[in-house]
Amino acid sequence: MIALPFEHILILATTLFLIGFVGVISRKNTLFILMSLEVMLNAVGIAFIGAGSVWQQADGQVMFILILTLAAAEVALGLALLIRLQRKFQSLDIDILNKLRG
Amino acid sequence: MNAVTTNSVIPLEYLFYLAGFIAIVASLKVVLGKHAVHSLLYLIVSLLAVAVCFYFMGAPFAAGLEVIVYAGAILVLFVFAVMMFGLAEDEEKHAPHTSGLTIWVGPSALAFALLFELIYIINNVSQHNVTAINHISPKQVGSLLYGPYLLAVEIASFLLLAGLVAGYHFAKPNIDDKRVSDKLVSKGESQ
Repeated sequence: MIALPFEHILILATTLFLIGFVGVISRKNTLFILMSLEVMLNAVGIAFIGAGSVWQQADGQVMFILILTLAAAEVALGLALLIRLQRKFQSLDIDILNKLRG
Repeated sequence: MNAVTTNSVIPLEYLFYLAGFIAIVASLKVVLGKHAVHSLLYLIVSLLAVAVCFYFMGAPFAAGLEVIVYAGAILVLFVFAVMMFGLAEDEEKHAPHTSGLTIWVGPSALAFALLFELIYIINNVSQHNVTAINHISPKQVGSLLYGPYLLAVEIASFLLLAGLVAGYHFAKPNIDDKRVSDKLVSKGESQ
């Protein structure tokens, strides 16, 4: 609706991406890692849609929709693994996923 | 006229920055949170704030998808999973410490800021030029999605199918559990 400066959109996207990245590498709880991954995917979506609105192309929103499907599949798989983890080890520590064979 | 333009253009940008600030604060609370349910609440607020940012960037279709699919479907999946992890007992155990409104104050304050933005936009939508330069309609997105990007859409459907199959495979009660329960039953019989 308004001409926002592209730098500010990129700053917002980078900040959110960094927050999510720090969450992914610093948390031990797999549930929090999945949530941080969601934040990171959102940041990428902001960058795509910002670029699409700056260059007046709908491609950015198409890429966002693809990211959305990716996030849905990733969350379904990750939460299924988490349920398996919880059931088997009664813990959500990410390091236990090493032992999750078969 | 000049007063109207200064009144209309500048606050919209500020509203975008406010939504971005809310998104950053909520994401920080997600990452730094101790309790899973609190972090989920903040994650929902963060997604809503990002949806508002999308709207200000001229992508109302993406904003709607963000609210419906992300905050509506994926977060519900998270909530279901958290419920399956048996946090209800924890909640009861810690209930005296976290009772009252303290859990809800942060997320609801941020959400009310977003609601304020929404009401402000709805009230002032006649003053603003809605069909402004950066607006990209859902029609453009749809024609692009089913034109040049058709193959990507098909691959995305494969991805979703794979996620469905793998989610079913991983989350179903597995053979090991049955073996363990059989062992327990046989032990009980032997004793």
